[in-house]
Parts: sequence; C-alpha cells; structure tokens
Amino acid sequence: MISVQGRTHKYGDNVDTDVIIPARYLNTTDIKELAAHCMEDIDSDFAKNVRRGDIIVGGENFGCGSSREHAPISIKASGVSCVIAKTFARIFYRNSINIGLPIFECPEAVDKIQKGDELSIDFKSGVIQNISRDEQYKARPFPEFIQGIINAGGLMSYLKERV
Amino acid sequence: MSMTISQKILAKKAGLDSVVPGQLIMAKLDIVLSNDITGPVAINEFEKAGFDSVFDKNKIALVMDHFTPNKDIKAAQQCKQCREFADKHNITHFYDTGEVGIEHALLPEKGIVAPGDLIIGADSHTCTYGALGAFSTGMGSTDIAGGMATGEAWFKVPESIRFNLTGVLNKNVSGKDVILHIIGKIGVDGALYQSMEFGGEGLKSLSIFDRLTITNMAIEAGGKNGIFEIDEITLDYLKTTIGDKREYQVYTPDPDAKYIKTYDIDLSQIKPTVAFPHLPSNTKTVDEIETMNGGEGVKIDQVVIGSCTNGWLSDMEIAAKILKGKKVAKGVRCIVFPSTQKIFLECIRLGYAEIFVEAGCVFNTPTCGPCLGGHSGILAEGERCVATTNRNFVGRMGHPKSEVYLASTAVAAHSALCGKITI
Repeated sequence: MISVQGRTHKYGDNVDTDVIIPARYLNTTDIKELAAHCMEDIDSDFAKNVRRGDIIVGGENFGCGSSREHAPISIKASGVSCVIAKTFARIFYRNSINIGLPIFECPEAVDKIQKGDELSIDFKSGVIQNISRDEQYKARPFPEFIQGIINAGGLMSYLKERV
Repeated sequence: MSMTISQKILAKKAGLDSVVPGQLIMAKLDIVLSNDITGPVAINEFEKAGFDSVFDKNKIALVMDHFTPNKDIKAAQQCKQCREFADKHNITHFYDTGEVGIEHALLPEKGIVAPGDLIIGADSHTCTYGALGAFSTGMGSTDIAGGMATGEAWFKVPESIRFNLTGVLNKNVSGKDVILHIIGKIGVDGALYQSMEFGGEGLKSLSIFDRLTITNMAIEAGGKNGIFEIDEITLDYLKTTIGDKREYQVYTPDPDAKYIKTYDIDLSQIKPTVAFPHLPSNTKTVDEIETMNGGEGVKIDQVVIGSCTNGWLSDMEIAAKILKGKKVAKGVRCIVFPSTQKIFLECIRLGYAEIFVEAGCVFNTPTCGPCLGGHSGILAEGERCVATTNRNFVGRMGHPKSEVYLASTAVAAHSALCGKITI
C-alpha cells in the first residue's frame, strides 16, 4: 500500500471517540457491526455514504477521549483509507498505527480541503494531492518502521512477520 | 541530569540512568490492565499472534466493570471470553461481578498500584494512578496484548507541565473543581502528549481522593499522564492499602527539572465549576450558571453521582450529608453508585445507603454503565444530566441530543434537590 485515492468526509475539531463509535455498540468486537455505526452521532449517514478508499479529514485533537481501539477499527472497517487531521489525540494516534490505519497530520491540508474533494495520498513522500482543486500539500511521512507496521496491517502482524 | 517524576520512573523502567523528552524507550511494565470492553479485543490480538502464555500472572488486571452486571447477551459473551482467558492463564487480578469495582478505584483500593510503578491500561482513565506517584497511561488493546505477552511496551518520553498548587480549598470546593478549572484554562488538548505534574504547598489541602479525581481527568486535557508528588497524605493512604505487602519507590522531581510550561494555581481562588456540553473544557462557575436564562438557571432531568472520578467513600459522605432528610426534586432522577464493593458496603454500614434511598435516589452497585451511556441511567433526547463523571461528549450518556454537565459531588447533590444546577 503505497498510495490511496478517495473522496473526503470533513469534520471539525475534537472529534471524540464517543462520536466515532458510541459506547452503546462496544458490546461487540465484530468489525462489520462496528463499521455499521461508525461516526453515527456526528454524521448519521456516514455508514450509508462511505465508499471504499474514502478519506476522513478532521481538525485539532482528532480521536480525543477513550482508549477504545474500536474507534480506529470502525473507521478502517468502513473502508476509509486514511485520516488527515491538524493534530491527533495521543491514544488514537497510537491505536491507528497499531491496527494499520494510515493517518497524517497536516494543518494546511485540513484548512484547504473541502468536503467531497477527491484526494490522492502518497504514503512514502507524504504528498497529498487535491485532485478536485489542483492543489498539493505536504505532510511528514511516517518513518520506515511505522510504515512497515501499517503495510503489515497492524502491530501484531508486523511483529509476527519479524519473528 | 535533572529529571521530572515521569522521566525518573521511565528511566528506571527502561534500565537507563536518564531519559529526555522525545526519547523512544522500551520499558518494563508493573501492571497491564484491561476491562470487559477492551479486554476481548486484546485477547483476540494476543491469541491471533499465537502467544500461549502471559508474562506474569500477578501483573495483569482484568476488571469486568463496564457493561456489568451483564447488560445484554453480547456483554455477557465479552465477560465470558475474559473469564475464560483469566482461568486459562490463572490471572490473579481478575475481578468479576460481586467483587468488582470500577477499575480505577479498585486497583488503588486493593493496593495493586503503587508509587514508582509503570502501568498501562486499555482504558483512557488509567492515568488515575498518578495520584499515588505512579506513571500510568491509557493505551489501546493491541498495546495491551503485547504488554500481556511480553511485559514491555514502548514509550515516547513526554515533556512535563508543572502545576504548582498553593492556598487552601474553600468550603464546597473539591478536587473535581480544581481539575475542571484547569481543563477550562488549558483546553482539551492543553496537555496533548504531555505529562501533568502536580506539587506545591497546596497539596496539604487535597485529600488522596481529591488527587485521584484530578489525575483521573488528566486525559481530558489530552495528557499522557497526571502525576502527584508524594507526601504524608499519600503515605498514610498507602499504609491502609499496601501496608507492607510490597515495596515501592518514591520519586521526587529534581529542583532544576525542565518543564515545558509552569502554571501557578491558587486553590483558594477556585469556585465550584461545571463543564457544559460537549467538552470538559467548556467550564463556567456555578455562580455564573445560577444567573443564566434570566435567573432561571439550568434545569435538569437527571443526576449521576459516582464513577471512577467521584465514586470514592468521601464522595458518598458528601452526598449523604447534603441529601440527609431531604427529597430529590420532583421530575429529577438521581442515581448514586459507589465505585467499589467495599465502598458500597461502607455506605450500608454508615447509613448512607438509607439516606440515598429515603431521599428518592437509586442506589446502584459499582459499574461504568451510566458514565459512558452503556446502561443503568441512559438519557433520552433533549434531557440534561448533572454528572460527577469525566466526559460530556455528544451522546456520551445516551441520545446524541442529550446533555451532560460535569460537576463535583457537592454540586450534583445540591442540584438533585433543587432541580437545577446549584450549590
């Protein structure tokens, strides 16, 4: 997985884990069920509208709140290929890498991208191409080992591949 | 080289003489915690990766506190999976319905967490144990799976923010008001990726439970951990929980330790404070709230007193004193739930349980249920709740159009009697 392309779903600052996946659905670890309720309390049509490859764009402190890994899991299981935000909350950031959900911090991109824009993202260079607006933004790419974890599909698979 | 408390613990656990902010380290863990929500995900990862043993059966805690007593069939399945894992690996600290408490109250009460410990938990409020001088932080289930297997985790050494506390708390002001005041001041990402270190003369005015409430909410400011300097109050508490069961290490920050920021907080200036929906940083003082809406204030439908933030025996005592001989306002539902079975029993012995029931409250067993909108106190559309819990995000306690107002136990209990936010 070197690059992805998809349509954006844009949200504001402090998108918390309770709106990403409300606690009332945490009585399961089934990823399809979690995906069915992803972003439900902030965007009730998200599960219906999301298409494979789509990209979520958020503001500051994306993923704040709970440590529930179900949050990045539900996003990934929805088919979302990448999340771009100005900043990420610490636990969400770590969880995303651990489960193999690509994420980028890029304030410039967040300010300029509009809902529905078509983007392509090159993971290796961190270049975000806004196809709809013919603009380009640059995020800091992941170091190689983090990229390795994401490519393996998450930390556990990465560790397994290495032993 | 000079270090903060957090740096000293991380250095020790990484087997290094010193560490600097930004440094990546691999460190040895003293406790690896998960619950009935995050445990199953960790167990799946643990088993999928092919691990067949845990690193130390005495250093893993599995606490069935979130959707218990089992709220539905799926919740029961999740607990069953944890129970079977605990049985298989002979986990010492597995706590099931009947002996369970809310994890962040239970572990301190049982003396499982101690000063100088390095603790990770698949629950964001794992930062609570910093009140006892431990470095403890929330992580996700995959990190917990790795931790259960290897007893190690990697960390990026955080910068520290220093909070110098001075003065004495006024009557009706508690640790909850202190932390809400601080989050209101620095914002929900004011301590993002950083350690919040608390110390100073003002510590004398804060009970151990005030401190546990403060560190519990470090995550609500984005903090990686919250940590208190240790004093006589801490040591007296530890005598009652740990005694001489195990040794522990007390760390103090070096006088010239480097802080990215320092805040001076005069406790005597803090007023009863409430966080309005939908962020813990959206704070107002109760005197401001009482004059809102043309003097009508803010009317409420429900009050929740309990949780890992404010379900301590001291909270039960405050609530009982306020509610004694009185009745909850008509149209208001008041739910009281102490955070552990031991506190629940004390409430019965001390007569608090009777006071709550006579006042028209529900008195419930320890659970995370209402706090995260799981069960036992869910809100309908448009309803407002004053809660002593720690989060007021959209939909946190039920319907996405319901509202949660975070407050101290004193504010919550007075509000229950009045039907609106008051002290």
